Amino acid sequence: MTGFLSVIRRDLRLAFAGGGDVLTLLLFFIIVGAIVPFAVGPDQELLSRIAPGVVWIAAFLSMLLGLDRLFRPDLEDGTLALYRLADLPLSAVIAAKVIVQWLTSALPLIVASPFLAVILTMDLDTFWRTVLSLLLGTPALAAFGAFGAAVTVAIRRGGLLAPILIAPLCVPILIFGIGVIAPLGGPGQGTAAMLFLAALSLMALALTPFAAALAIAWGRSRAPP
Amino acid sequence: MSIDTTPKMNWWNRLAHPGQFVQWTRPLIWPLVALTALLFAAGLYFAFFNSPADYQMGDTVRIMYVHVPTAWLSQFVYGTMAVSALGTLVWRHPMADVSMKAAAPLGAAFTAMALFTGSLWGRPTWGTFWEWDGRMTSTLILLFIYLGIVALWRAFDDQLKAARIVAIFTLVGAVNVPIIKFSVDWWSTLHQPASVFTADGPRMPGSILTPLFVMFFAFTFLFITLQLVAMHTEVKRRRVMTLERKAARGDAS
Amino acid sequence: MIELGQHAEFIIGAYCGVFLGVAALIGWTIFDARRTAARLVELGDKRP
Repeated sequence: MTGFLSVIRRDLRLAFAGGGDVLTLLLFFIIVGAIVPFAVGPDQELLSRIAPGVVWIAAFLSMLLGLDRLFRPDLEDGTLALYRLADLPLSAVIAAKVIVQWLTSALPLIVASPFLAVILTMDLDTFWRTVLSLLLGTPALAAFGAFGAAVTVAIRRGGLLAPILIAPLCVPILIFGIGVIAPLGGPGQGTAAMLFLAALSLMALALTPFAAALAIAWGRSRAPP
Repeated sequence: MSIDTTPKMNWWNRLAHPGQFVQWTRPLIWPLVALTALLFAAGLYFAFFNSPADYQMGDTVRIMYVHVPTAWLSQFVYGTMAVSALGTLVWRHPMADVSMKAAAPLGAAFTAMALFTGSLWGRPTWGTFWEWDGRMTSTLILLFIYLGIVALWRAFDDQLKAARIVAIFTLVGAVNVPIIKFSVDWWSTLHQPASVFTADGPRMPGSILTPLFVMFFAFTFLFITLQLVAMHTEVKRRRVMTLERKAARGDAS
Repeated sequence: MIELGQHAEFIIGAYCGVFLGVAALIGWTIFDARRTAARLVELGDKRP
């Protein structure tokens, strides 16, 4: 457990020491949201209707963009090789990294979402639902993202590949995330979507660290352990 | 009296040896080609000359004879890849790697054909090329997954390393595909309550089923034939890579 | 040829598209097999 916590502490310190990465992602999130009115026109009614979708797409894109820094720096400075020799199982290290990834790239977006809500004229009820659905859905995005980063870490030019691989797998998260915000077909469906979303997040958090650990271990060594 | 210590060459070991695999399956290719060609000839004959137009859809029902088999293959090929991925991960079977790699572009191509014929069928029957209904949407996502896998294969230099990583991704994708299908169905039924499809639907008369079955087997055998040839090529390509590496090492020393 | 009705262009389009797709697949498979075999001969492979 101490090893787990120290990985979290180390990665958090690294993420905030540089400072740049977290701010850049946050800026990207806001700019994507702010650019939409220029593309669809400043029609308040239309904007408030599509606002939840815009917030979700902006969060989705910024979380996919941040994937390459998840394992690449550790690979380059040799920390990843050390992690594989550590007493702590690699899957636990990856679970810690998923938590840090969520804290540094999803939580700031949720904190910044009121700004997008204001400029996209979201009403208060929709805004709370959006925050709820982001809180429930982003852990799954972080977990899938960690898997995508683990699969492509062995490739030297794998930067753009991880988002392409992961985006199709994330479609259910997007669907249920939007389902929480804008319940179609009756009030019961919003609750159903919320439960599905929470189930997806739990499943992704529980299973992807193992798959990601396997991908990293087998991508590094010629003979499987 | 001596004890035989050489490992027994049962069929499984033979299949595991790439050279033996090629030698064993090479005689199968030409019969498979002949069978596929025969099935296609019969299927096309039935499809165009020996089947009636549907009383509801008219002659557009003939698109079904290419649409349904390609849609079936889009899932069957993924199944083949997932089983091969298990073979790579669990038994480290060398031919499983090769089969996985050969199947990915074939699956992408058949999925693209299923989408193409589906949209051409949709235009006259639903009045639109693209409908965001459950089946078309999940097939589109499946195509993206196939293309991602092909891109992943191409990104690696070391094919042995690539095989294990692609196998993990393929299996994670296989777990995800039913979830995607379920979520997309949930999403599309909420958006358009009046579904184009009905669960029971019009019963198909036998005269439509005959060409459908023949074409179904024709496409399946086409896939098997192409897969086998592509696997042989892949075995040869690995041999080429080994020889090239050896040659480079020889030149260097 | 039989009468294909009012939507003939869609039916012909679908079959032509699938034919092109299948032809491209077969063509690529044969081309790739030939190319790899030729390369193997070029490298002077001893094995069959």
